[in-house]
Amino acid sequence: MRIGLFVACLTDTLFPGTARATVRVLERLGYDVVFPREQTCCGQAHHTSGYRREAAALAGRFASVFARCDLVVTPSASCAAMVRTGYPRLAERERRLARVPRVLELSEFLVDVAGVTDVGATFPHRVTYHPTCQSLRALKVGDRPLRLLRAVRGLELAELPAAEECCGFGGTFAWKNADTSVAIVADKVRHIGETGAEVVCAVDDACLTQISGAMSRLRGGVRTLHLAEILASDTGEVPR
Amino acid sequence: MSPAPRPGAGAGGAGGAPAPGAGYPWGHLLGRGPRSPRAGEPRFADTARASLGQSAARTSRATAAAEQRADRRAGRRAEPDWAGLRRAATAVRERALADLERHLTEFEKRAEAAGTRVHWARDAAEAGRIVARVAAGTGARDAVRSSSATAGELRLDAHLLRAGITVHETAVADLIAGLAHEPPESESRTVRRHDRAGARAVLARRLPGAATDLRADPGALVAVAREYLRETLLEAGTAITGANALVAETGSVVAMETEGNVRMGAAMPRALITVAGIDKVVPAWADIAVLARVWARSATGAAQAPVVSTWTGPVEGDGPDEVHVVLVDAGRSATLGDPVGRQALRCIQCTACLDVCPVFERTGAAPYGSVHAGPIGAALAPQLRGTASAREASLPFASTLCGACAEVCPVGVDIPEILLELRARVVDERRANAVPTPEALAAQSAEWVMAEERRFARAQRAGSRWARLLARSGRLRRLPGLLGRWTEARDFPVPPAESFRAWWARRRRALLLGAAIRPPRAGPGASAQRPPAEKPTAPPNPMEGGPPLADPGDGREGGTP
Ligand code: SF4
Repeated sequence: MRIGLFVACLTDTLFPGTARATVRVLERLGYDVVFPREQTCCGQAHHTSGYRREAAALAGRFASVFARCDLVVTPSASCAAMVRTGYPRLAERERRLARVPRVLELSEFLVDVAGVTDVGATFPHRVTYHPTCQSLRALKVGDRPLRLLRAVRGLELAELPAAEECCGFGGTFAWKNADTSVAIVADKVRHIGETGAEVVCAVDDACLTQISGAMSRLRGGVRTLHLAEILASDTGEVPR
Repeated sequence: MSPAPRPGAGAGGAGGAPAPGAGYPWGHLLGRGPRSPRAGEPRFADTARASLGQSAARTSRATAAAEQRADRRAGRRAEPDWAGLRRAATAVRERALADLERHLTEFEKRAEAAGTRVHWARDAAEAGRIVARVAAGTGARDAVRSSSATAGELRLDAHLLRAGITVHETAVADLIAGLAHEPPESESRTVRRHDRAGARAVLARRLPGAATDLRADPGALVAVAREYLRETLLEAGTAITGANALVAETGSVVAMETEGNVRMGAAMPRALITVAGIDKVVPAWADIAVLARVWARSATGAAQAPVVSTWTGPVEGDGPDEVHVVLVDAGRSATLGDPVGRQALRCIQCTACLDVCPVFERTGAAPYGSVHAGPIGAALAPQLRGTASAREASLPFASTLCGACAEVCPVGVDIPEILLELRARVVDERRANAVPTPEALAAQSAEWVMAEERRFARAQRAGSRWARLLARSGRLRRLPGLLGRWTEARDFPVPPAESFRAWWARRRRALLLGAAIRPPRAGPGASAQRPPAEKPTAPPNPMEGGPPLADPGDGREGGTP
């Protein structure tokens, strides 16, 4: 089985550590992944901002770049959601979308394909988990990330109040409606603080950009990490 | 069968220019929406800022929404097969909309046979004229109205006032809002909530006969309101109601309510006028059984609406002498013509989506600028009124697309999907302009960059080098230009020197050479302007330190080890 790794343009540029951690976890489980270097962007930002023509072109590119993969894994839930729920809406504009490979978010791959919840990680810290909207409602990953976290050695899982409420990012919403976006994330940051966790994690770097942006400006002190970075940890160190 | 097409005299009012194929009723179901040129109205974001500053309103909204969510959750758990019921309700609404023209004609035939006068109104102005004519015909100068979103949407009260007829509200929340002179789109009307102290103040000040030491508890407040309403009802010549549904098979009106004011209003005055959107008609009573159930479960969590009133024409010697139904289009047939947007007309106005919306909870109703507030408002108002005005064009973007609304909606309206469709419509309308917007230029150039991996890699390197120059203690505190809205209240992460794709390429080369990679030092590729001895911004990973690859470190742009 040829497994392709898709790294969101945002992750590739701002959070390469997430992608390296993803590779690390997959390789530790014995999977050999390929990273087709022609990949760039899934077109999500264009799609959600109303630029369908551009989104369709990028989506077509994605489909042809990954055409030779049987399965694509990505640590970005919203990109996986874009491929699974957004691409069908663009299919009539772009013939290359007639065949789109199956795309799974990392926790889906680990639990459903690899069939593991214990990936051999050690992370002795108090951690809380924010279920991102696209992972929760578009992909329906359910409690897969939590099952993976519960199997991490030393990890103490803290429940996040009002966990299922959006972080307020919403792509260009964060700019177009910056005031409202900040009002929403302010509550998210407050809830995270209430958990007493050292780390908040999620399965999407886009939402983590929003949360860490507010957390850092407010000196909230709680570190944001992608789930993959925790799962990759075998030293027990908090990655910096 | 159907009446002769009634030419709408004049194109004034909220409806704007005549829709294409104006030989209605409903010969023009496949048209584009009317465009009302009302540019200059503030965008959502402009009004939202003020709303966000109203802390008391935000707190009470958040508390009330949390209570509603809890009640609704309990109600749904009590339902043995909520998912099945939801599917059934969705099917009922879809069946009704799929054959709307036939159901409307059937409704008209049956209603007229039962003695109801059926009127067709293409827009707000026409509906206003019809209602004013009927009300004036009773000889009385007062009319009572039970809460009706459609009446608010059409601004009926203003039309009637111009015709010399005063409208009195009968739902307590609306009565208070009316006494306080709040506009139809005010929050207290859209969500029917007031805080007690505010309600007490309004009633004590404005109601004739209210005691000055009126207590601020719901029982006392409702009692004085009820006393006043009884008097008003006795004097009014006309009652105006909305409808939750119109039943085609018998020509009946169905109104679900929590206070009993519709029932009371419908029984007393001489003329009874129901103003309803054309989307409200359903073929049969069997449909009502399903809709009433999901409406109650979604509106309050209860198994049934406290009061369900129905009527089918006048009854000799009992109740009103004249019964009228005004069927209003006002953009609905055009909405029905949109394959994605039409599902917004399934809405049964349960307000469940408002209570789960992260945006509405913070901003309230005001920035939406009409009776159609919250997620469904953002999806419906731009369809009913067109996207020519700045406000309507901004509404589809006033959402994070989190999907909580679609998840809770009892009739399966996929609100984010409609918003995406409307966003594309707004963008395409702007593409037609000779001068592209800065945003369009940015979107197009981003696509051009992403169309070629080398362009992307180059942009990535240039952007991250530049970003690291602007960084202070590992964070960007101020982004330039359009991007600056982000850093008004949030930091932005600094991209590390080595992107993932650069790391991957470096690792592949190393593996191919069969050599282990040593931690890189600042080599010939490193920039001289790099802030000296700045802490590494690349998060060293837990995986680093182990073979085969060490921390890429800072300042490297993927050069050979
Ligand atoms: S769109 Fe909103 S108000 Fe309308 S039925 Fe659905 S949840 Fe209720």
